[in-house]
Amino acid sequence: MPFELFMALRFLREGRMQTLLILTGVAFGVGVMIFVHALISGLQDTLIKQTLGSQAHVVVRPQEDRARSLSRDPSVSIASRIEKSSQRTPSIDAWQPILEQIEQVPGVVAAAPTVAGSAFVTEGNVSKSVALRGVDPAQFVRVINVADKIRSGEFRVHGTEAVIGAELAKDLGLGVGDKLRMVTAAGRSDIFTIRGIFDLGNKDVNQRWVFVSLRTAQTMLDLVGSISTIEVRVKQVFDAEAISVEVASRTGLVADSWMKLNQQLLIGLSSQNSSSYMIQFFVMLAVTLGIASVLVVSVVQKSREIGILKATGTSTRRVMRVFLIQGGIVGLLGAVIGSGIGTVLSLIFSSLAKNPDGSPKFPVDLNAGLFATALAVATVTGLLAAVAPARRAARLDPATVIRNG
Amino acid sequence: MADPVLRLDAVVKDYGTHILTRVLHGVDLSVQPGEFTALIGPSGSGKSTLLNMVGLLDRPTSGRVLIEALDTSTLDDDALTALRGRRLGFVFQFHHLLPEFTAQENVFLPMYSQSGWVSDEMQARAMMLLQRVGLEPQARNKATNLSGGQQQRVAIARSLVMKPPLVLADEPTGNLDTQSADQIFALLREVNEQEGTAFLIVTHDPRLAARCDRIVELVDGRIVSDRPNEARR
Ligand SMILES: Nc1ncnc2c1ncn2[C@@H]1O[C@H](COP(=O)(O)OP(=O)(O)OP(=O)(O)O)[C@@H](O)[C@H]1O
Ligand SMILES: [Mg+2]
Repeated sequence: MPFELFMALRFLREGRMQTLLILTGVAFGVGVMIFVHALISGLQDTLIKQTLGSQAHVVVRPQEDRARSLSRDPSVSIASRIEKSSQRTPSIDAWQPILEQIEQVPGVVAAAPTVAGSAFVTEGNVSKSVALRGVDPAQFVRVINVADKIRSGEFRVHGTEAVIGAELAKDLGLGVGDKLRMVTAAGRSDIFTIRGIFDLGNKDVNQRWVFVSLRTAQTMLDLVGSISTIEVRVKQVFDAEAISVEVASRTGLVADSWMKLNQQLLIGLSSQNSSSYMIQFFVMLAVTLGIASVLVVSVVQKSREIGILKATGTSTRRVMRVFLIQGGIVGLLGAVIGSGIGTVLSLIFSSLAKNPDGSPKFPVDLNAGLFATALAVATVTGLLAAVAPARRAARLDPATVIRNG
Repeated sequence: MADPVLRLDAVVKDYGTHILTRVLHGVDLSVQPGEFTALIGPSGSGKSTLLNMVGLLDRPTSGRVLIEALDTSTLDDDALTALRGRRLGFVFQFHHLLPEFTAQENVFLPMYSQSGWVSDEMQARAMMLLQRVGLEPQARNKATNLSGGQQQRVAIARSLVMKPPLVLADEPTGNLDTQSADQIFALLREVNEQEGTAFLIVTHDPRLAARCDRIVELVDGRIVSDRPNEARR
């Protein structure tokens, strides 16, 4: 064992009360740090998952106020195209190659075409405005997994089959197998059979979305041959913004990431992060000051011994390291205990409140990275806290100590 | 003749920043290998100050301190510390052991701190020295659980661990009863005779001074007499 470690361990072992005191301080500091972090990142995870439960990571849509077909279809009269496009929702026409193009962008997992427009559902005297979503279920579930969120029935939209949200079903008093009449602004109407009822975890979506087949939606919305958006799933959700930029530049279409569409949420998350870091910073500051003050006291108490060590030939550098190592050991050991405390606190907290399905209302995110960070931060904190005491020990003059007994 | 283990050349020491007090007024002194020397003098005459210069714990205001012909004024603080650890032994009045450590650990710590690592050899040497001072059974006792005389024996064992050519002792028996003092003194003498280690011992006790080979007397920072002890010849 190196000399410095041997000395540091012995000093810590023999300074029982003081060692216990700082260890407790560090342990609680680290415990709080881990708890706060686990809680907030768990919360944020849930928020993001909820948001992305009914939203694609990237939504690709046509340019809004341009006559897109100009270059693609020059034979058609310009005036008539512009007039036409001002009357109907902009759409993506030759979308198949574009879809393939998007699927080739690195980081993209899946892409699915959708046709979207508004419609009215009428049931007796009740008439409700809904968002019609024409999709190909096989493709769409790879972007937003509706199939997993079906409460009853199944995610099937052949011909005049429709899948509606739980809220809408409740409002209309309809269930699987019931009929539903839909009218679009284009004046087309049809009777649909409800095939399934979904719950995407978002009240508005559950109230408004009605899934039908791609072809049916195209007919209902007068968009035959073209689609409204291409919805994209990416591998890493936080890469969505970068990927959306790439998609836009490759396709010449507009691509919005979920991050862009949820700026408020992201601002909220980042301010939550800053306040969490703030809390952790002050906790660690308090811990640092605690370690430093106890170590300074111990240097003063040990000035005699430090004097003897120096008088018998121990270099100033070694003496400093003895105290730095004490700080480091206390930090590391305190962090190990603190990790335990933080874990227990987090688990207790998440077991307090449960959702009806038994999952915790406040899921906590305890991962190896968090513990590794806590250990590293606490060890560095301990070392830093020991700098001032170590320097004090280094300055001690052995002659004075020996003279005064 | 071999190089002296210690040579002081016109060593002057002043204390204070505004009002200077000259404590040593140009001291010249040589100690030969194996010499057993007493340094005596009234309280406040500068004995401890002189010993601190010799022990490289403090630097002279002017003049030179040579350890085995090496001029220490050219060395930086780290080099002084290293030289002190390797070539000088210390026995202080107030025992000065580390209370957190056992007798054996106290003995080998100076070796440990030089090399940075502990070895079986060091532990064995510490045991041998403790046996030498008659404390083998107490080797694993904490320093605080030893009597004053026993602690001073441990300190003597510690001062010898690096096999220094010169051991400095500032009133090594000052805190002990007469009987323990006699035993400690006899031990120093024995080490001196068997190992050829030179000793420079500050003492107030004329009885003990009388058992040294040479007596140097300091008064008001000047050496007023430096004579071989005829009684011992
Ligand atoms: N660090 C210091 N600062 C100022 N004055 C000092 C310092 N150390 C010693 N002195 C003064 O130097 C003089 C000599 O002190 P020193 O301790 O060397 O005497 P001494 O011969 O060892 O005395 P004693 O026999 O009492 O131990 C004293 O007047 C003392 O006050
Ligand atoms: Mg003195």
